[in-house]
Amino acid sequence: MPECTMIEAIRMALSRALKEDPDVIIFGEDVGIDGGVFRATDGLTQRYGASRVRDTPLSETAIAGMAVGAAAHGLRPVAEIQFTGFLYPALDQLANHASRLRNRTRGRLTCPLVLRAPYGGGIKAPEHHSESTEAMLAHIPGLRVVIPSSPARAYGLLLAAIRDPDPVVFFEPKRLYRAIREPVEDDGMALPINKAVLLREGADVTLVAWGAMITEANEAADQLAEMGISADLIDLASLKPLDRGTIRSSVEKTGRCVIVHEAPLTAGLGAEIAADLAEHCMTSLLAPIRRVTGFDTVMPYFRLEAHYMPDAARILKAVHNVMEFA
Amino acid sequence: MPIQADHELSGVTVFLDPAGLPVLDLPRFARHRETLVALYSAMVRTRTFDAKAISLQRTGRLGTYASSLGQEAVAVGIASAMSDEDVLLPSFREHGAQLWRGVSLEEMFLFWGGDERGNDFAVARQDFPVCIPVASQFPHAAGVALAMVQKGEPGVAVAVGGDGATSKGDFYEALNMVGIWTLPAVFVIANNQWAISVPRVDQTRARALADKAVAAGIPGEQVDGNDVIAVREAIERALVRARSGKGGTLIECLTYRLGDHTTADDASRYRADEEVSSHWSEEPLVRLRAYLVAHHGWAKKDEEALLHGCRDQIEKAAEAYLATPPQPVRSMFEYLYADPTQDQAAQAGELGDA
Repeated sequence: MPECTMIEAIRMALSRALKEDPDVIIFGEDVGIDGGVFRATDGLTQRYGASRVRDTPLSETAIAGMAVGAAAHGLRPVAEIQFTGFLYPALDQLANHASRLRNRTRGRLTCPLVLRAPYGGGIKAPEHHSESTEAMLAHIPGLRVVIPSSPARAYGLLLAAIRDPDPVVFFEPKRLYRAIREPVEDDGMALPINKAVLLREGADVTLVAWGAMITEANEAADQLAEMGISADLIDLASLKPLDRGTIRSSVEKTGRCVIVHEAPLTAGLGAEIAADLAEHCMTSLLAPIRRVTGFDTVMPYFRLEAHYMPDAARILKAVHNVMEFA
Repeated sequence: MPIQADHELSGVTVFLDPAGLPVLDLPRFARHRETLVALYSAMVRTRTFDAKAISLQRTGRLGTYASSLGQEAVAVGIASAMSDEDVLLPSFREHGAQLWRGVSLEEMFLFWGGDERGNDFAVARQDFPVCIPVASQFPHAAGVALAMVQKGEPGVAVAVGGDGATSKGDFYEALNMVGIWTLPAVFVIANNQWAISVPRVDQTRARALADKAVAAGIPGEQVDGNDVIAVREAIERALVRARSGKGGTLIECLTYRLGDHTTADDASRYRADEEVSSHWSEEPLVRLRAYLVAHHGWAKKDEEALLHGCRDQIEKAAEAYLATPPQPVRSMFEYLYADPTQDQAAQAGELGDA
């Protein structure tokens, strides 16, 4: 089985989707001849034609709005927003239309679109290029929000997102685009987009993370193992809807939970997970739930970004804290 | 040659003047009594619906309603030029267009009465529901037009917005897309001179809203939006152009909002009664009726029969709407996703048996 990076896996999934469904169309800024600024669509316009892999003008509102119109009229648009910092003009279309069209027409018009965007820090990017805004989108009823953390999951989750009958926001941890290689079979198999993935099993603590934070949490879990502490590591993969069952089952077993996300603390998705555990797993909890997150600051410009993003050391500290509690 | 801000405007197309006198040779479709009567009847029906909707709102039986009083010719002119394979993307003041396309009176009442089922049109299944956030329907139209091109469909996407919509980025971005990709789309501006309380003159220094087409490299033109013949003729030309692969057109229909912005608005706070009264002499029904009377023997009994028929139809639709029970409370969970999520099922459980 060929090994590939996440960006290659994404390209493979996009290519597969274009090949298997003539209604799939890709558009966005620089996705054509340039192949996207991260090369996610490299070669696709040459292979599938400029009418199916289209360069747009700089026009985030229209990119999202056209995706809504095209999806409602029978296409399966996969639109790219170049960076999450430039997603805000598209939010109007996502929140007011993409997420609502099925409901407001009682199912007459639907919106099977995917909006892809690289998110998160770690690549020393310019300002406005490194934010983690997934909670903002997960708050919108009617959307799905999906984030892969490995090449294989990027492939399977993206295929699922494209085939899904409803709008999916697909955030790609750009720090991982070329950081990991693993075998990915181009078999057209989708992964479920309502299930979290239990990446490793342990007995003492549950680590919940997604995107690039999986790498940090995994490293923390390795170090914990050396100290005789074993952790469940859950990759959420789907942030909306949230697979509460997998998280609850794990915490009922371990009694301890540390949630890790790169986004700011306040009103982040960790708060929802913590509240859910407080509501449903109180009697299983041996220690307070801890969150290791970005700070309630602007994402620092890149000389300081490493201090903002949670790392294995901060995760370890939080785990030791809950282990010491009980 | 550079385009100057004070360049010559090409003029406003009008066939029937406010008194109903032809100022140009009428287009072919307007030479038939049957067609003109259909256009006139549709406008009368729209106005009758409007009056009933306002009366229902005033008596607490309908939600906030946006009147189309005075703008019936824009809506009817647009829809009467369209074919079944075209897609209408209206703002919230094109009742006449929706009715012509086949949306039922009962569906219209249901929608304005706060019930999503009013958007589940039995016919015109591909048409969009009214768009409440101003101008955000224009990008949808570009997307629908793109889908039509990709699928090789012969249709055209027709989006309608007001003068205020032309100040929004959505409008420019979508217009630009239509230009770049030569999309089969027609963008119509119902310039009724007021965006709630902001008059056209404070909306833009552009001399004509149609001039905004220049920036997108597509044709733009102005028509008398109170002359249903002029509106239909311009839309027909734009549709033919779009269907033949030549791309989009921007059409500005000059009209006037004779009513309040919505039933929640009081226009006397910001515009003088005299201004409104002066525009009553230009409204769209009078001129076509005058022409029908003068040239097609439209008699008092025809008028009475039409009014009676409209009222009867609308009363029946209103009764049917009022007799329709609300949807089950749980329906709020049922249409958000193709497959309701587990979270939704759990939350719906809080409703008990409702």
